[in-house]
Amino acid sequence: MSQHETTATDVAPSRPGAPAPGPASASDRGRRPRPPRRIESGTMVALVTKIVLLGLLDAVAAFAIVVMVGLDMWLPIVATVVATGLINWIYLGRGTRLPGKYLVPGVAFLLVFQVFVVLYSGYVAFTNYGDGHNGSKDDAIAAISRAGLDRVPDSPSYPVSVVEKDGELGLLGQAPDGDVVVGTSDEPLTVVDDPTLNSLGVPTGAPGWTTLSLSDVLGRQGEVVDLTVPLSEDPGDGFLRTDDASTAYVYRSAIVYDEATDTFTDGDGVVYTDDGEGEFASADGQVLRPGWKITVGFENFERAFSDPQISGPLLRVTVWTFAFAILSVATTFALGLFLATVLNHPRMRGVKVYRVLVILPYAFPAFLSGLVWAGLMNPEFGFINQVLLGGAEVPWLTDPWLARFSVLFVNLWLGYPYMFLVCTGALQSLPGELEEAARVDGAGPWTVFRSIKLPLLLVSTAPLLIASFAFNFNNFNVIYMLTRGWPRFDDTTLDIGSTDLLITMVYKIAFGSGGARDFGLASALSILIFLLVAAVSVVAFRRTKSLEEIN
Amino acid sequence: MKVTRRTTAAAVVALTAITALTACSSSDDAASSGSSESAAAPASDQTLTIWLDEQRAPAVEPIAEQFQADTGITVKSVVKDFSTVDQDFISQVPTGKGPDIIVSPHDKLGAYVQNGVVSPIELGDTADQLADVAVQAVTYDGDVYGLPYSIENVALLRNTALVPDVATDFDDVIAKGQAAVEADAKVKYPFLLGLDPKQGDPYHMYPLQTSFGSSVFAQNEDGSYDATRLTLGDEAGQKFAAAVKTWGEEGVLNANITGDIALEAFEKGESPYYLTGPWNVPAIKDAGIDYAIDPLPSAGGEPAQPFLGVNAFFISSKSENKVAATKFLTDYLATDAAQKALFDVGGRPPALTTAYDEVAAADADVKAFGDIGLDGVPMPAIPEMAAVWADWGGAELQLIKGEGDPAEVWTKAADNVESKIK
Repeated sequence: MSQHETTATDVAPSRPGAPAPGPASASDRGRRPRPPRRIESGTMVALVTKIVLLGLLDAVAAFAIVVMVGLDMWLPIVATVVATGLINWIYLGRGTRLPGKYLVPGVAFLLVFQVFVVLYSGYVAFTNYGDGHNGSKDDAIAAISRAGLDRVPDSPSYPVSVVEKDGELGLLGQAPDGDVVVGTSDEPLTVVDDPTLNSLGVPTGAPGWTTLSLSDVLGRQGEVVDLTVPLSEDPGDGFLRTDDASTAYVYRSAIVYDEATDTFTDGDGVVYTDDGEGEFASADGQVLRPGWKITVGFENFERAFSDPQISGPLLRVTVWTFAFAILSVATTFALGLFLATVLNHPRMRGVKVYRVLVILPYAFPAFLSGLVWAGLMNPEFGFINQVLLGGAEVPWLTDPWLARFSVLFVNLWLGYPYMFLVCTGALQSLPGELEEAARVDGAGPWTVFRSIKLPLLLVSTAPLLIASFAFNFNNFNVIYMLTRGWPRFDDTTLDIGSTDLLITMVYKIAFGSGGARDFGLASALSILIFLLVAAVSVVAFRRTKSLEEIN
Repeated sequence: MKVTRRTTAAAVVALTAITALTACSSSDDAASSGSSESAAAPASDQTLTIWLDEQRAPAVEPIAEQFQADTGITVKSVVKDFSTVDQDFISQVPTGKGPDIIVSPHDKLGAYVQNGVVSPIELGDTADQLADVAVQAVTYDGDVYGLPYSIENVALLRNTALVPDVATDFDDVIAKGQAAVEADAKVKYPFLLGLDPKQGDPYHMYPLQTSFGSSVFAQNEDGSYDATRLTLGDEAGQKFAAAVKTWGEEGVLNANITGDIALEAFEKGESPYYLTGPWNVPAIKDAGIDYAIDPLPSAGGEPAQPFLGVNAFFISSKSENKVAATKFLTDYLATDAAQKALFDVGGRPPALTTAYDEVAAADADVKAFGDIGLDGVPMPAIPEMAAVWADWGGAELQLIKGEGDPAEVWTKAADNVESKIK
């Protein structure tokens, strides 16, 4: 992501401290610059663009605030007002606010796409967010209550209309015995004496009650669905409710929520209480589904290191991740540098053709290449075994060590063009005199390369190598498309294998290819990855400073 | 002067903002004022959002238009990637940004219920008009959650030019297949079944497994699966495991033959048999192969029961339009016309019995698959199922490759699954 994003507004009218461009600048020279009085056509366009863009931004912000007021989101409202005000203040001002004009877009994108994501992952790492703990407690209570409503087996259906009296909704329906009945959630069903029936014999009106039209019903769908009308004074008889406002059925609650004690009680009298782990559980350990999301402190981190199913494989996966990242960088850099050096030779002919050929793999999307290579490496039908090796059945992707080799090999194929480009650029920027001087002093080609070119090359490429390390550390595409991390380890029940990197392991845990989704644990592991990559990068960048001293 | 220009600019910015706001909001006002007058409660927006895949979207559109004409409610179809739609649904519903209705295979239902993102619906009399297995598939913990619209299962396709007669059992299939291989140099494989060199394919292998009396989870009397009783590793399962190893050694099963390779080989007439689903039939027809759809052969003596996949419409638990959504499902999608339209785009037999009868009368292939489906069992929807596939497939793969002792490999996989579920 580019952090140098600028808008047209950055070419704002005047830049104090620097002479204004254009023919008039000569007359300003030597004087304190003043705001120009003339408005050139270019700055006019810039000004209008700025005003329109700011206006649109404010409109979006105002709209968002109106929406958020309706949802009682007061903190985000304050944040929106402050941010929008700040942006307006910066772009409408001039002079000392100039640096802000350049910084704001970058900082804004950084906050949205980096800082927020990191903080949110950090937050999730301390929760039990995952399968079974997906939403809020209120949602869980609603879902358990709704699932606890059971239609009384073989009970009749009632054709109904939704009616209203004094603002309270009721159901008007035809009982199986032909009587027309009406009731509300407080008043059990009573027989209506003088109902209006439509042509199909369905009751559509009763004296004293207003019948809701379809559009009225659709405007109050939540109320209609939640409406329960007891059949009689005895709650054991059950109640009527309707999903579609035209047919009602008799239901009974198999499980009831008591708000005062925050417990569920089922028909057998078993009480389910909030067990502090984001779920309702009975005394003998029976758990109601679904649960809800709560914060669990460092539990996820502890699990990553103490659960034998995770900690053993985690260690092996970490070692392999480092091996994969380091070897990937080393092999791609070596091959890229070699080709760059060869193709940079002054006596080489047709260099352009070779260069195009060499960077071709760079043009394919990595995930596509992964799939293609997986087909090429099929033990029996793949091109490599069938054609190149004359029918040998080499298990490229299914033997642990061969699979690791294959992954590295394919990644080399995918990655060397980048290194080739980088090295070609760096080599071409090296001053030729250095090499000549070395030659005059009697140095051979190897010495020139070893003592002159390589150290100079590393000055400019070392930061890219570190970036490449970080990229390969999290090189999801190659692994997932080629081997999916398999062949599997056989000492863990998790779906983790010999070629899994930390990032693919995190993905599998997060999206449940080995059982339930567990976003909490996956986020905790992501944070560990972040710490590892950050630590390696910091150390490596420190080391590259010493390289710069060669200059 | 400086001040004047800046305040002017600020004023113009404010003006632009107001213009933009009024331009955007005026249409909303006009639309919502009507309902807010008549209803005391805050009016819910009169739009049903439905998540479906690209293939099904055109079939639902005319039905949605009819629904809008009758009720004034717009149905907004959002085309989603079907391989990840269940994940999106589970994470979006709690935020309130999910759809009102989702089209999904029934085997995700367990995860939906576990996460509280779907709402039960009462099908009422409609339930009697749907195939029993379809309703059973969308039932979870005694509650019905969806409106099924199609059922799919695998069958045994036979190239009639190579083998003219129906086989009696799986041994007969192998014998006939091998005879065909010997008789014709072009024929390379006695039997095809799409596998994967990295994972097996327990779904396609399941009819062979059930014919040994082995299943993955025990079923309750009402057909629901009991997650506490994993039957995968039992004696019948071990017998199946031994058979898998034999088939692997004989070359009947080959882990390197992926689904794509198998289809291609059958299209070229390189094998007389191919165990696959209705989704591959159009391609085989186009390739000009004369085929017959045979019942699934029994390998272990008991009936070969395939897994049934049921596609259904589900209603979100956080939908604010439950009445409208229920109406749309029970009154508009549980109709012959709707189910046939969905059949026309998807090619999977309808779940509504009358629609199925009509389609089956016109299309012998549909009837053949449908009849085989009568013996099938719904794929378990319990969330525990997610923990089973990897070990199950891995064990089959290992045996096909001829590695390890069948009973050991099989019980180990079952033990693995058992410890994962707990």
